[in-house]
Parts: sequence; structure tokens; C-alpha cells
Amino acid sequence: MENRHFWQSEVMNFGWLAGILVVLLALVGMVVSFSQRGFISGVMSEGQLLIFLTVALIGFVAGKKMERQSVLKVALWGGIIGFVAGLSLIVLVLLTGIKPLNLRSMFLNASPQLVKVLTFGKGQGAGFLYLLLLNILSGIFGGLAAVIPGIWGSGLANSALITILIGLLTDIWKTFLPRGVAKFFFANKGFNVTGFLITFFFILAFLLFWSLYGARIKVSYGNVASRQPKKVKITWWVISLVVLLLLPRLVGSYLSEVLDLVGIYIIMGLGLNIVVGFAGLLDLGYVAFFAIGAYTMGVFTSPELGLFHLTFWETLPLSILFAVLAGVLLGIPVLGMRGDYLAIVTMGFGEIIRLLVLSDALKPILGGAQGLVGIARPTVGHIVVKNPPQFYYLILAGIFIAWYVASALKDSKLGRAWMALREDEDVAQAMGINLVSIKLLAFATGAALSGLSGAIFAAKLNSMVPHSFTILISIYVLSLIIVGGVGSLPGVVVGALALIGTPELLREFAEYRMMIYGAVLVGMMLYKPEGLWPEPARRRELHGEEGKSAVTASTAPVQMSEEA
Amino acid sequence: MNGKDKGKVLEIENLNVYYGAIQALHGISFYVNKGEIVTLIGANGAGKTTTLRTVSGLQRPRPGVVRFLGADITHVKPHQIVKEGIVHVPEGRRIFSALTVKENLEMGAFIRTDKRSIQESMEQVFDHFPRLKERLHQLGGTLSGGEQQMLAIGRALMSKPKLLLLDEPSMGLAPILVEEIFKILQNINAQGVSVLLVEQNALMALSIADRGYVLETGFINIQGPAKELLTNPRVKAAYLGGS
Repeated sequence: MENRHFWQSEVMNFGWLAGILVVLLALVGMVVSFSQRGFISGVMSEGQLLIFLTVALIGFVAGKKMERQSVLKVALWGGIIGFVAGLSLIVLVLLTGIKPLNLRSMFLNASPQLVKVLTFGKGQGAGFLYLLLLNILSGIFGGLAAVIPGIWGSGLANSALITILIGLLTDIWKTFLPRGVAKFFFANKGFNVTGFLITFFFILAFLLFWSLYGARIKVSYGNVASRQPKKVKITWWVISLVVLLLLPRLVGSYLSEVLDLVGIYIIMGLGLNIVVGFAGLLDLGYVAFFAIGAYTMGVFTSPELGLFHLTFWETLPLSILFAVLAGVLLGIPVLGMRGDYLAIVTMGFGEIIRLLVLSDALKPILGGAQGLVGIARPTVGHIVVKNPPQFYYLILAGIFIAWYVASALKDSKLGRAWMALREDEDVAQAMGINLVSIKLLAFATGAALSGLSGAIFAAKLNSMVPHSFTILISIYVLSLIIVGGVGSLPGVVVGALALIGTPELLREFAEYRMMIYGAVLVGMMLYKPEGLWPEPARRRELHGEEGKSAVTASTAPVQMSEEA
Repeated sequence: MNGKDKGKVLEIENLNVYYGAIQALHGISFYVNKGEIVTLIGANGAGKTTTLRTVSGLQRPRPGVVRFLGADITHVKPHQIVKEGIVHVPEGRRIFSALTVKENLEMGAFIRTDKRSIQESMEQVFDHFPRLKERLHQLGGTLSGGEQQMLAIGRALMSKPKLLLLDEPSMGLAPILVEEIFKILQNINAQGVSVLLVEQNALMALSIADRGYVLETGFINIQGPAKELLTNPRVKAAYLGGS
């Protein structure tokens, strides 16, 4: 480091990185768009939070890299990183001020509004100072959170993150907290100052308490659990079931709508997880089966076409049946393919289905570009299922069925055959596994669940257009599986909540959805390739908990290096 | 020769195999008697692996006939061939690295359903490979190279084969390990499993085999009892490292 110029030193690398990132976030418009929502009312908007969070994150990464250094030095580094980031933004603001340069002709988002957000509406003098100071503090905070040993460091980082999460989801809490409590914590937009401070320190205190007594509580819980494992398990089941059943009443109509959407994706995810996670067949045309399920429901029940007049329940098996047939139909030509070839062909299949339902030639039977209206609502007894909380229960039932199917298959002989297929096709064959039948079964079961999901989706919307069935759906479902943990059933739920639920709640995020997906996926692959809630076997494979000493260099499987 | 049963387990007749337009095997014929160890030796690209893949149904001959215990299995599907009693240990120790040793062995018994007899087979595998028993709950991927090869062979035995096809079991292993594994192969063979062994390590292979065939660019040019091949001047010059 002595021989290199300061501007090329490692800390400056992090500094430049932070600077480039925050300028990028500002120029793509995320900062302005997010700043419509407050984080701490009157103090900081979510757009500003985004900047400071980014800087803190870079500070954290830098701090992790120099773990052995003194706390003071790390703080200095964090400060430098924050300073560079802040300076970059100030330069950006100054550049937008130069009229002849006309930055806005290139960067649409370099607007007066952005300047206002970056300077906290305080003009260039005080605003710059504010911006610089908060950036430096964020950098220091991130760095310190990385190096302070034990619970204090991780406690700081975690309570900051949890507080931010709570703040972002303000609207949810407001819907079911008593009005007085909500008023105490939250302002019109985001936290109020007391709410923020109390939340942050309460979480910090809780984390500290947990670090001191958590082990003891866990042990005593473990004792109870081991003495009466059945009872404890049943208790948990009952509690979760009650919560799941009461959820729509607790959260109201809007959030029920979001839950419905998440649920539809969970069913699809559980299905695709069989194809991709269990059998290792990369299917990018999964939306096709969703569309087939939905269109079957539409064509057989819509009075507009007048072809058939079946009810929802009469059509549901048909939706699943047609999806399964399509699954087998797709499966046969791709039997000999794997990996990227399979992905391309399945992707084409998805597009073919979309173009078919869009086509004018098939308009009399499929409705063409205008789609279909008047799709049947399901009835249970005398109740017509039509509003989001009602659909919630229907979808929940669907999830239970899908979950049951997936978990039963996973532990079955077929599940083990899929595992062998995923790991090594030749060896699977050498063990007497019939590849043709298990591949077709994977496509068929995956398609069945997608068809089920599609049928519910159609009935819920009551009408639909071909545009709802783009390749993006396939990509969303695949992404949520990856984020949750490939092959893991709880992972599907977690992934769907994270990737489908969050953007629905944070409407501003929706515009940048694909960008955030990309960043999240890259980050996941780098730091947590096994997913948020991985399957145990996969975690073992990627992290090799046991018997590390027995690994020999020449024969060890490719292992992800995992230092963090 | 030392009282081995003379019926033929495997009979290959006029086997021709192509990869696209390229012919890998030019009408080779050979056989394996019951209880024999037969080895196919030859250099890289001679067609040894192709031969094994054709026997186990992964590759189709045109033309050619593969007979197993007298029955024509040329067009039988690979997974059914396993049920007939031929099991293939592919090259390169392809075990399931994320599964434990025990789970790997259980996968080997995929086609079988009787739990008790599967357990018996597992005990037999442990008799051959005591090391696998020590590592029962260790992940396959964390085993050493030699242990992985043992696991691959053990897993194949779990399907109770009558004929074991081995592709280069010595590859990448230290000589002392190769010796250990080949000794175990002899024990397995002594318990009535016929073995077709494909090897580049001609010396080791011929030293445990009853008979051998030398495969050169898709033709079988030399064949005979292993002892004779060991002294055959051409074999010596080309495959046993000079005189």
C-alpha cells in the first residue's frame, strides 16, 4: 500500500464503488421515485435511505475485508468511503446545475427533483453538508457493524436492517395496529422520529437479550420439545393453521389481494420446484401450463364464447388434465436434452402457447387478443367466492394440496430417482432408473400444479388477456425458487413472499423490479447460493459441514468458497 | 482353467458402433464366461468405453449383437438391462456427492424392493469395503479418491449384478490403492460375479484377469489368456512399458 498512490488504495476502490453505485441509483431514477415515501417522516425519505443503505453496505463489505484491523482504522475507512460517495453525489448535483452541459438530455432523471432530494431541500450549502455528513456516518456505521466483535456488531447491523424493513412496510402495520399505537410509531409517511428510535433500540435490546439468554431459552424449549415432541409439534401446527386461517381477517382486503397473488405463485413455484429442483430439468416455458390451466377454465366456463357452460369445479379437473397432457407433449421431444438446450426449447414452447392464444385464427375458441370475460366464479355451498379474502381460502387449499403432493413425491422412490437424474443422468440409468418415464412424470406433475394455479388465477380475475402469460412469469417463478432455495418447499414460500409479495407492497419498487431481481440474484449466487431456506442436502453440498478434513484436493467436488 | 463354469455370461458378436459418421467399433466380438474376469485393454480412444456403453444399452450398435445369458439384449433399454443383472460402473467415480455413503448405497439398490435382502447386500459390500462402513454417514463428496471408487463399486453391487462392467477403476489412484481395489475385485469375482474390466493399466488388469482382449482403434487385434498376454511381445512393447 505504501508504494501505491492513495487514490489507488483499497479503501479508495471501495469509495469509488460506493460513489458509482449511489450515482447510478440516482440516475436511473430510483432515488427520486423512492423519495415519494418517507422513511422517517420529515427527516429522511426512502430515496435518501437507499443511498445511505448502499454506502453502509459498502462500508460493511470493506469492514469485513479488514477484520483484523483496529476498530478506529475501520471507522476511518468507513468514513472515507462515505465521504467519497457523498462527494460523488455533490458533484452530480453541481453538474446538473451547469446549464450548457444539459445533463438531463442524457440522463432523464437528473432532474431538479433529484437535486432537491439529494440536498434535503436545504439548498446547496447546508444540503451538501448534510449529505456528506450522513454519508460519512453511514460508511462508519457499516464498517463498525462489520468489525465490532460479538453481538454488538451484528446486533447493530441486524437491528438497523429490521428497523428499515419495518419502516418500509409501514402501510401493513397501520392496517392492523390499533389506531393509537400506529399514531405513536408512524407518521403519515413512514416512521415518526420517536417511533423510529424506539423501534431501533427496542430491537437492539431484544437482540442483546436474546444473545445472553437465547441459548438458555432454546435449551429449555428443546427439553420440553424432546420430552413431548408430538405435543410441541402439534401445537406449532395448530398455531400456524389458526394464523393462516385468520390472516385475511387481520390484514384486510388489500393485503389479502397481495397474499392471493403470492399464493398463486407459491402453487406454481411448488410445481416448478418439482421440475427444476427435484429433477434438475431447467424449464423456462413453465408459464405455458399456467396459461393452459387458465384458458381451460376460461373457455369451458365463459358465456362469451358460449361453447360450454361448465362450472368452476367441473372445469378444474379439466384444467389440470390439459396441463398434464401439455406437460407430456412438451416432455417427449425434449427427452434427450439437458441444460441450456432444454431451457431454450421449453422457452420456445411457452411463447408458442402465448402466440396461439393471441392468434386471430383461434379467436372463436380462445378469444384472441381481447381475451375472455365472464369466467365462472367458484361456489362453495351457497357462497360465491369472489372477493380477495374468500379467494385466499381457495388458494390456501390449493397450496396445501400442492405442498402435500410435492413433499410426498420428494420422499418417495420417484423423488430419489429424480435426485439421481438431477445429479448424473448416466449413473441414474446405470442404477436401473427409467429416465423416460421419470422425466415425463416430472413435467406432468409440475404442469398439473401450474394448471391448478392457472385455473384459480382465471377464476379470480374473472377475465383475462393473453398478455398475462408472458415469459416474465416463468422467470419470476424460477427466480423465486432460486432465491428461496432450489429443491426446498419452505424456500418456495419464502421466495414468493420476498419476490412477489414485497414488490406489491412497495409499489415504488415495482418499476425497478427487474433491476432489483437482477441484483438480488447476483448477490444470492455470490453469498448465499443455497437460497434463503435451503434444503438440508443442498446446504451440505455447498458448505460441506462435515468431514472437511477428508476432502482431497484432486477429487473434491467443486465447492463454493464460503468465507463470510 | 481352475474349474470356472464354462457357460457364457456375455457374448458380443460383430459389434459396430458409430458416433455420427465416425465408426468407433469395427465389428468386434468377444465373450465373458461365467465366473470369469475378462479385461479389455487399450489406449485412449481405442473404443473401450464405447464397448461398455453398448453392453449396458447406452449406445446402440449397427449392426451387432449383445447376448446376456443366451438372450439377445441388443435392443433392451438401459434400465431394463440393469434389472437383467448387468451393472455399469462408469469412468471417473461418479458418486452422488451430496448424499451420504449409506444413501449412495441405497440408491444402488433402486430396482430392488425387499428391505431385508437390501440390508444383507449392504453388509456384503461392507465385507468387501470395511472403509465404507467407517464412513457410513459421511458425504460422498468428502471421501478420498480411492474411497469414492470403492463407493462406486459398492453402489453397483447393491443391485445384485451377475455381471459387473468396470470402466477404468484405477484412474487417478495411487498404485497402492489400485492394488487394494483390484484385490477386492478378485474377492467379488470369487463370490460369483463375472467381471468385464476396461483398463489402461494393462499390467494390473492382466494380473487379475482370466482372459484379455487388446482393443486398438476399434478392432480387437490380440486376445488370449491373461498370462499369455503378459508375455506376448507385442503387448509387452505397446502396453506394459517395454520389455
